[in-house]
Parts: sequence; structure tokens; C-alpha cells
Amino acid sequence: MDIFEKVKEITVEQLGVEEDAVTMDASFINDLEADSLDIVELMMALEEEFDIEIPDEDAEKIATVSDAVEYIKDKQ
Amino acid sequence: MSGTRESSAALRGFGAVPAKRRHIKNTLILFCPADKRKDDKTQPRQGGGRRFSMKRAVITGVGAVTPVGIGKEEVWKNVKAGVCGIDRITRFDPSDFACQIAAEVKDFKPEDFMDKKEAKRMDLFVQYAVAAAKMAVDDAGLALDKEDGNRVGCIIGSGIGGISTLCEQHARLLEKGPGKVSPFMIPMMISNMAVGQVSIMFGCKGVNLTTVSACASGTDAMGQALLAIQRGDADIILTGGAEATVNELALAGFSSMKALSTRNDDPKGACSPFDKDRDGFVMGEGSGIMVLEELEHAKARGAHIIAEVVGYGSTNDAYHMTAPAPEGEGGARCMAAAVENAGIRPEDVDYINAHGTSTPYNDKYETAAIKTVFGEHAYKLAVSSTKSMTGHMLGAAGGIEGILTALAIEDGFLPATVNYRTPDPECDLDYVVNQGRAADITYAISNSLGFGGHNASVVLKKYID
Repeated sequence: MDIFEKVKEITVEQLGVEEDAVTMDASFINDLEADSLDIVELMMALEEEFDIEIPDEDAEKIATVSDAVEYIKDKQ
Repeated sequence: MSGTRESSAALRGFGAVPAKRRHIKNTLILFCPADKRKDDKTQPRQGGGRRFSMKRAVITGVGAVTPVGIGKEEVWKNVKAGVCGIDRITRFDPSDFACQIAAEVKDFKPEDFMDKKEAKRMDLFVQYAVAAAKMAVDDAGLALDKEDGNRVGCIIGSGIGGISTLCEQHARLLEKGPGKVSPFMIPMMISNMAVGQVSIMFGCKGVNLTTVSACASGTDAMGQALLAIQRGDADIILTGGAEATVNELALAGFSSMKALSTRNDDPKGACSPFDKDRDGFVMGEGSGIMVLEELEHAKARGAHIIAEVVGYGSTNDAYHMTAPAPEGEGGARCMAAAVENAGIRPEDVDYINAHGTSTPYNDKYETAAIKTVFGEHAYKLAVSSTKSMTGHMLGAAGGIEGILTALAIEDGFLPATVNYRTPDPECDLDYVVNQGRAADITYAISNSLGFGGHNASVVLKKYID
């Protein structure tokens, strides 16, 4: 499974949104209705899944699904 | 949950009994001149430094998530039929525990009441509260979006809060470290979140409070809601209790107190309040929420009125962490206070939905307390423990038992104390044993007694315009 598919799966699980809504352009806050607590939990789930650390200052820059996918690619 | 066995008894100072008895007597003299006020219930009362005319509060809707069913119709049908919701624990493997039985809620689907994302942010006790509140609002025929939110309140009790969430996140802390503890842990766990989430869902922007008085929490919530409506602070209050403690840690804790029944080979017969061989309570869970509404507000919208709530008593034993005071003196003061607050005489009371946990001490001392308050009339009124069917729903107990008391009044039916087998000379009242029966009920009391010495009683009345 590629990174996007994994991120999508985790996003659907964490945010309780429909799969179709999780596009590369989707903003976690504006489109997927995540709040600040959701974002923290989502970052934790991504860290766990991809076995990476996402420091707070990096997490603040991850606004969309594609931001997350790109960040994970760089880290791996 | 009041009433553990020998361990607590050993800690008592029985020398204090005569003084406490005197105290009961004095208290009753203080509380009992109710008949003087009986015909003048609307007179202004002094309270909180200001005078006000009391408004009346009526129950116009109920919702329930219980071990004997979900929703008013199913729960009341099963309670009338004497169905017991206790069984071997299924939520985890209880093999290592002394007590392996509980009254679990069955077939609860949160998505029937709230969306998946909301449910995910709630501990089970909050899900139960939201589901019960939704059923209560529907039952009341209320369109809350058309009400002034500032006049809509929410007062719900929970004895323990989100203990399962706490345990799950504690396990993460130990396994994965502090950075992996969910940001939702605190807001899911805290006991007030049932009120928080119900208020979000239904726009309860007015009076808001969580009562935490162990097993008296639900009844204290009802009582505080009554006071708020009487004062004119709100037109509508969603009130009751919620609890979800069928959890390894909670079961281990109650087990260590020797408070639980260990009749693992006979789950359905394990909870036997007032029976000579009763051996402890059985943990239950769920939520009972009602819509308590100011009478004129209810009448103006043509609401169906189930019953009126007319009195509340709240006392503390001030005696021991878990053991009830000898002769149930704190419970007696509480019932006397509720009767006085209702402006009625003890002999007006037809039915008591007892705390009746099935622990040796609770049932003995609650019986003694009833005799202290009601004298000879104690043998004429009916007493029953619906915990024999629902198990002990702890902080939710007062919510569901308040509802069952209201339905008993409306339907003219006394629910039974099931599993009654062997008479106990110390428990010699009419406990409506094994079979419920029809009865005309004008006034009824619902009692709750909790660890910490908390006692709470509410008086309900058949609604007469």
C-alpha cells in the first residue's frame, strides 16, 4: 500500500470521515473538520504507523493530506 | 454502593450509637412538622437570602440505557415482568476475579443515537448519557432548537466517570511513553463530560452541573434539578445519571472491598436484596435521563406529564468512608428531610424505590431507616429494589430508579424485588417480593445511598393539575 493510501486509511479512522473526502488537496481542518485535538491524535497515529517522529514545529506545517504524504516520504 | 461487609464493620465505634440515636430523634422533631405547611405549598420560602415563590417541576420525558433494555417501553416491560439483566461478564475474561458477574448493557449501538465521530470522542458512560438524553427529549416531544437555550439546563451525575478510557491510556503511557497518550484522554475521562456532551448536543446553555456523590449521584442530580426549576432558574433540565464501570480495574477494586456478590454459578439469582442470604451487590451500568420541566412550561406546550417531583433530601452520615451509620441514621434523616421538603406527612408515602443493594448492611440499615421515619406506616407502604433486576448502576442508579418510580406512579404498578427466597427477621417490610403488582400510588420516594456517606432521596407524586 502506498503512503497516500495508508494516510487516507488513518485519516478515515481518526477523523471519522468518508474515504472519498480524503483527497490529496484536502485540508485536515478546513475540509475534514478536524480540531486541534484531532490533529494531535492524527500525528500520533502517523508516527506510529510509519515509525517516525513528528516534532511539534513540523506538525504545525502539515495542513493538508499531501503535506502529510510529502513529509512522510522525506522522513523515510 | 453503601454497605460493605465485615471489613468496614470492624472499624466502627459502636459506643457512639446512643448519641446518634438522640440525633435522629432531634432531627425528626426538626423535620416533621410538615403537616403545618401541607395546605399552603405555594407560600414564599426563604432561600439563598431572597424570597421566591416556588415553581412546580414535572417529568415530561424519560430515556434509558440499561441492562434490562434500551428505551422506556422495553425497560418498563421487562421491569414489570421481573426480567433480570445480570449474567457472566462478557466485556473481558473475568476468570481471575472473585466476582465474575455483572449487569451489562446489551446490544447498545452508539451510531443509533450519535454520529461515529462524536461517539469516538466519548467514553462509554458519556455515550450512554447522550443516548438516554436523546430518548428522553424525543419522549417529551421537545423541539429544543425552538427553546431559549439559556432556559435549558443539564444536571447529570456520575460516580466514577471514564474509567475505561483512563485504563486504556494508562496502558499506552506504560507501553509507549508520555508522548503517545491521547489528547482526548482527559476530556473523555472527566466525570462532567456527560453533562458537557449532552449540553453540546441539545443546546443546554443554562444551569449546568455534574453531581459526584458515588451511588447517590443520579438522585442528587434530580434533586438539584428540582431545586433549580423551583427557583425559576430554568424551564427545562435534562437530568439523571450515567455510569460504565464494567471494567477490570473497577471490578477488582469493588471485589477487594468484599462488596460484590460472588454467586458466579447463579448470575440471575445473585442479587437478592432484603433476602437473608444476600451476599453483596452486582455491578450494573447504563444511564437514566429524564426531562424535568417547569409545570406551566409543560402545560403551555401540551406536554404529557408522567409524574411530578415534589421533594428532595440530602444528608451525609459523617461516619465512615463506606459503611453506613448504625440503624441507617443518615438515610433516615435524608428521607425525613425529603418528606419535609415535599410538605407532606410520612404516612402519605405509598412506595419507596429503595437503594436496596443486596449487601448485608445496606438492606438491614435502610430497613431500619424506613422504620425510623415512617413508624407503623413502614409496614403499610411498599418497598422494592429494582437493582435485583438492573444490578447496581452506581452513579446512574438514581437516574434509572427515579424513572422507574415515575413510571410506577403513572402506570399504577409496583415493580418487584426479584430473587427473594429466605426471609430475614431484620428485613421485615413489604418488599413486593418476586412479583410486581398493581397499586394506586400518590407519593413515592426514590432513595440512593453512596460511599462517602452520601444520602439522597427524592419524592415523586402522581400528577394532579
